[in-house]
Amino acid sequence: METFQCDVAIVGAGGAGLRAAIAVAQADPTLSVALISKVYPMRSHTVAAEGGAAAVTQAHDSLEAHFHDTVAGGDWLCEQDVVELFVGQAHEEMVQMEHWGCPWSRTADGHANVRAFGGMKIERTWFAADKTGFHMLHTLFQTSMQFPSIRRFDEHFCVDLVVDEGQLRGVVTVEIATGEFRFIQAKSVIIATGGAGRVFRENTNGGIVTGDGMALAYRHGVPLRDMEFVQYHPTCMPGTGLLFTEACRGEGGFLLNKDGYRYLQDYGLGPAEPTPRNKAMELGPRDRLSQAYWHEKQKGRTIPGPHGDVVHLDLRHLGEKKLRERLPQIYELSLEYLGVDPAKAPIPVLPAVHYTMGGITADGRTASTLPGLYSVGECSSVGIHGANRLGSNSLTELIVFGKVAGVEAAAFAKRTSHGGEAQAQLLADESQRRAMVVATRKGNERTATLRREMARSMEDGCGIYRTASTMQSTCDKLAELKERCARVQIDDASKAWNTDWLLAIELGYLLDVAEAMAHSALNRRESRGSHQRLDGFEQRDDANYLKHTLAKYRPGAAPVIGYGPVKITTSPPGTRAYGAAGEAADREAKELAHA
Amino acid sequence: MPESIEIQVLRYRPEQESEPVWQSYVVPFTEDMSVLQGLQHIKDDVDGTLGFRWSCRMAICGSCGMMINGKPELSCKTFLRDLLPGPVRIEALAHFPIERDLIVSVEPFVKKLEGIKPYIIPREPRSLEQGEYLQTPRQLEQFEQYSGCINCMLCYAACPQFGLDPEFTGPGVLALLHRYNADSRDGGREERMQIVNTEEGVWSCTAVGYCSEVCPKHVDPANAVNQNKVNSAKDYFLRFLSPKGASR
Repeated sequence: METFQCDVAIVGAGGAGLRAAIAVAQADPTLSVALISKVYPMRSHTVAAEGGAAAVTQAHDSLEAHFHDTVAGGDWLCEQDVVELFVGQAHEEMVQMEHWGCPWSRTADGHANVRAFGGMKIERTWFAADKTGFHMLHTLFQTSMQFPSIRRFDEHFCVDLVVDEGQLRGVVTVEIATGEFRFIQAKSVIIATGGAGRVFRENTNGGIVTGDGMALAYRHGVPLRDMEFVQYHPTCMPGTGLLFTEACRGEGGFLLNKDGYRYLQDYGLGPAEPTPRNKAMELGPRDRLSQAYWHEKQKGRTIPGPHGDVVHLDLRHLGEKKLRERLPQIYELSLEYLGVDPAKAPIPVLPAVHYTMGGITADGRTASTLPGLYSVGECSSVGIHGANRLGSNSLTELIVFGKVAGVEAAAFAKRTSHGGEAQAQLLADESQRRAMVVATRKGNERTATLRREMARSMEDGCGIYRTASTMQSTCDKLAELKERCARVQIDDASKAWNTDWLLAIELGYLLDVAEAMAHSALNRRESRGSHQRLDGFEQRDDANYLKHTLAKYRPGAAPVIGYGPVKITTSPPGTRAYGAAGEAADREAKELAHA
Repeated sequence: MPESIEIQVLRYRPEQESEPVWQSYVVPFTEDMSVLQGLQHIKDDVDGTLGFRWSCRMAICGSCGMMINGKPELSCKTFLRDLLPGPVRIEALAHFPIERDLIVSVEPFVKKLEGIKPYIIPREPRSLEQGEYLQTPRQLEQFEQYSGCINCMLCYAACPQFGLDPEFTGPGVLALLHRYNADSRDGGREERMQIVNTEEGVWSCTAVGYCSEVCPKHVDPANAVNQNKVNSAKDYFLRFLSPKGASR
């Protein structure tokens, strides 16, 4: 096996990985960076993010307000010191993106414009029409090309980390076009592989979002944190799950049930007003909106469709001109995929899995429990999202913590030297052997069948509302699927572009991540944020569950579920309220503070 | 409405076939199925050896470009209902080396992209403390359309000139070059015009315009190329007046 030696290896080249690579290159141009991605960087799923990136910008806004929105939005399961760092760095990073050429939408006088977003008290979401993730990704990718110390390994699939007795030595990759293995020897490694939404059936995610990095870190003993918190985005395309950005509602869109009624007012989000009011109605947080859909469906007030019951996202009153300017991609998606002209008819939508709040346990500087291993972006749990992420915090997370991860991994690499080459090579060979087992084993199972059964079971057991019995069924099903996964036989025997083989390896990643999610969910006997139970645990229980779930991997067995403390700095857990109730709660809190 | 539709794929597996061969599959048909979904059905349930790229399913990642009935298209936003009664004939994107089946080499495109300095070369330095550069909506409009290129390479498959001369910089990358040159924050135009002015730059284009027709994001690369022909011609004439050449 060929060895490539570098200082810092980065697995994943979406927004987070690219930002980290640039940060390493800027921290010290003598450090060599291997930027590894199973796709070309511009295909990474950051590309599909639509609405925007949050940073306090307007004079009447404040870091405290962004902090409070984020912590309350996360139902107090956030690491508050990390949120402080996050909101404090956000604006500078957004300006950095602007200097690098990101085509932010502008105000008439040339400043970056901001729009309203769900759960955000003041407009602070920077946007590039409704293709913000696309523009950020391409800006970062193209900007990265000016740094000669970044060596890209495009379309290289990561099969393992090399860890020798607690010493991280690098990663093992497969060059997809040739099937050749390579040991990428590194002093520090940043995982930036994105989320794992493909474990669910109806989801907004690209096919590549299979939890690879989460599974790799997990298998090497790094706990996955808060994996039960999976975000359903309330407005997605029936059948495919494709996303209609929250910006549709930020710009003034309505959600209507079958009677044309703005049903969110029945779920503590009102009053219903003709123009958007921040943190109310359609600008409530995603968990609450998806839950409201579920209740409407129970009441028979949704609209039956060929791919399940829907509600209506009504943008007609915004008019074609504004839609074309602010939401051009949404306009086209609706028109081309659904045959619905959003200026003339409401768009049928339903909730779909969108985001994994949890991930690889990381401290506020993105470091994991394994020295030299860092994680950033959706694969990581750096602690800012808690039990529910606010829209437009994740794109900001990529660049704020991408930079942090790059700086930290660079510093680690500078104080470390390569070592243990012979043993590392043996471990890399062993990783290759295990990967090749998947290519050559005989059996009677098919990857796609198992993947479908997994995705269905996750939706059934770990959806918007959960009970112990449904979650237990999912845990049982996943154990069965893991056992059957060892009998998957692939069709393809070639080396060049054997995606049949890589999909089978990805199935292993998906199943490990799914298991961490389902067991973490089963063990949390309360309702908080996106984790909602119907079986006697309907309330938040701070006495017992104001803590992070930590899922630890066990080979051949279900994970061990443990817990860790939550860092509270200035915001003790309070009532999470939106709409008029939220405003009353804010007033009360203010009066208390002044008393 | 039919219950199924035939999809014919031009297969090429370098370890097995010395030249591409057609293979036929029959997939179930539904009104809302994309060509990509047809291919996914084949991959999942019929023949796991079929190779193609895809990811986002929503025409933004740029992975799934291929020739569908002879035309360069994104398979995720091409619908089987528009191709009835079939058969649908699918091949790898034209003009690129095929790595396997429907997968072509992206490397030539990325190398060209790297070559045009596709990043802001600041016209005026500005620190982060000074905040963002001011750019009016009108200034944004000068380049915004060209920044919408998703690198799907359909325009290259449409370009007869690129078919004849693989060294031609080509429509997508020239659109991105123009995107930076037209950005009010950028001062790198002079460096980039050296690429534009070469034989492989804009002057290879024979103004067929098919690139803009197939572009799934309405980037209109033909327009970008054309504007650069004007700029390049100006550059040529101004060179006689100014010893350093001119670019503004």
